[in-house]
Amino acid sequence: MAEKIKNEQKLSFGFNFRSAIPIGALIITLLTEILIPNNQEAKYRELTNFRSVLFFALIISVILFTITLFYKNFRSKYSHKGWFIGGFILFFNILNVVTVKFLLLPQIYFPSLNRVLNVYIEDRQFLLKCMGSSFSLLIEGLIFGTVVGVFTGILVGWSLNWNYWLYPIIRILGPIPSSTWIPLALVLFPTPRWAAVFLIAFGVWFQITILTSSGIQSVKKSYFEVSSTMGATNLQNLFHIAIPDALPSIFLGFFNATCSSFVALMAAEMLGVKAGIGWYINWQKEMISYPNVYAGLVIIAVFCYLFITLQFKVRDKLLGWQKGVIKW
Amino acid sequence: MVAAKLTKQREGMGNITARDIGKEFIRPDGKRTIALSNLNVDIKAGEFICLIGPSGCGKSTFLRLIAGLSKPTFGEIRLDNQLIKGPGYERGLVFQDSTLFPWLNIYDNIAYGLKIRRVFKQHKQDVNEFIRLVGLAGFEKAYPHQLSGGMAQRASLARALVSNPKILLLDEPLGALDAFTRMNMQDEILRIWKERDTTMLMVTHDVDEAIYLSDRVFVMTPRPAKIEEIIEVNSGRGENRGRQRDSGDFLRLRSKILQILDFTGKTPPPEYYL
Repeated sequence: MAEKIKNEQKLSFGFNFRSAIPIGALIITLLTEILIPNNQEAKYRELTNFRSVLFFALIISVILFTITLFYKNFRSKYSHKGWFIGGFILFFNILNVVTVKFLLLPQIYFPSLNRVLNVYIEDRQFLLKCMGSSFSLLIEGLIFGTVVGVFTGILVGWSLNWNYWLYPIIRILGPIPSSTWIPLALVLFPTPRWAAVFLIAFGVWFQITILTSSGIQSVKKSYFEVSSTMGATNLQNLFHIAIPDALPSIFLGFFNATCSSFVALMAAEMLGVKAGIGWYINWQKEMISYPNVYAGLVIIAVFCYLFITLQFKVRDKLLGWQKGVIKW
Repeated sequence: MVAAKLTKQREGMGNITARDIGKEFIRPDGKRTIALSNLNVDIKAGEFICLIGPSGCGKSTFLRLIAGLSKPTFGEIRLDNQLIKGPGYERGLVFQDSTLFPWLNIYDNIAYGLKIRRVFKQHKQDVNEFIRLVGLAGFEKAYPHQLSGGMAQRASLARALVSNPKILLLDEPLGALDAFTRMNMQDEILRIWKERDTTMLMVTHDVDEAIYLSDRVFVMTPRPAKIEEIIEVNSGRGENRGRQRDSGDFLRLRSKILQILDFTGKTPPPEYYL
């Protein structure tokens, strides 16, 4: 019965004009692209990648619009985002106009969208390799940094003796930017790759340690007292009270660490690696090949966005108990 | 009867004897603060005792000493002739603010003590019985932030009771609730106490609550912190004079306690003039 009502709600016919905004924006952009000829002095002015992407996006937006006509839940979500998506598309329209159409910006630093898109076609094999390399470097750094960070965070947060000795050292070492460690890392580690992993892991370690220990130190004292009167030992208090209560804080540390690890990635990939998005961007920048730089930047941005979205999903699943308590 | 199904095995009974208890705190500036001195208390098994008095009279300190959360500077406290050395599950504790663990749902909160002591399997049935006893059946899967204040305190009660303590220590358990929920919960606590034979020791600020609930009221006064007088209110679990809020006896007991606490017939201190 309840199932039936749910389905009826889902399958209700309806229309919201905001769902159609992306289609309108795409049509305007396409018309601009087709009707205004490319500037005679623009390089690679015969490329039509942007046009193809717009056609493809138009087909998708029509499909999505059709879906919104029938499904209520999707309609409310999609129509809410309608203005944003439309604005996003028009922004690219403006970019297209000021670059390849009228050459209002120096084209060496502001290449046309066609050329940026072309990088994904020409360099796709190599970019995939770079993504794989960056991804494994990032994951290794994150895992090492997180494991060691949670461990030291617990020590510093839980034990007064460890806190006395370790905390000042963490305070001194932590804020040093990753890139300044490069000379030392190269000496300390047998291969440049290990050094690169270390650079990423270091930043992650600091963030996680600080937020883990502060999370553990700010556990309400009465939780421990109540737990003790129910027969818990000291160690049980740590694992059953302190760590679960510190989890939101640890997750916040992990979120910060992820953001800073992308910064560290650029520094880490200066060290003797032969592929990687950060390395690719640095290399192309020196070649003054800005289309490739932008292509690399977009990859990093999308990658970072997806990674953090995934993290939020995991957090919501694990920390459902604190819904409405903390928002970030 | 719900209670008949519950595990009722006790090694001892729940007698508290405190002899010449003194508790001193050393303040950061090095001076000593005397929280309690020369306190002698006997609590019989199955009694309901309320400690009442103004802030700073040492009632919570005394409760914490029995709970084993801090140690007396002088003297010793025994539970059934066993010296109290630290916290233990035979002395359950309920605070004013709900201390339910927010990361566990109600069922897991209540089962926490049993799981910690690795006796959950034998006592699985008790968890459900206590959830029903405090009227939270159907809320097992809810998280603490989804409960009202009264419901959270019921869950805290069940969590303390499921370990089958000899004595239940209640530190102003109803202090944060509104007046109606509060009276409701007083009846709940009485009902639970009548069904179980747990000794109850409750700290409160509320004179009416103390008279309504307890067998004996320990009236405490500050500076120096001591038990000024012990007043017999009710006797045992029957229909007693203190358990009728509108009776003459109730009002007489009330004014007597207020008199000891110096709240009647006295000019109030200047800050209360309007």
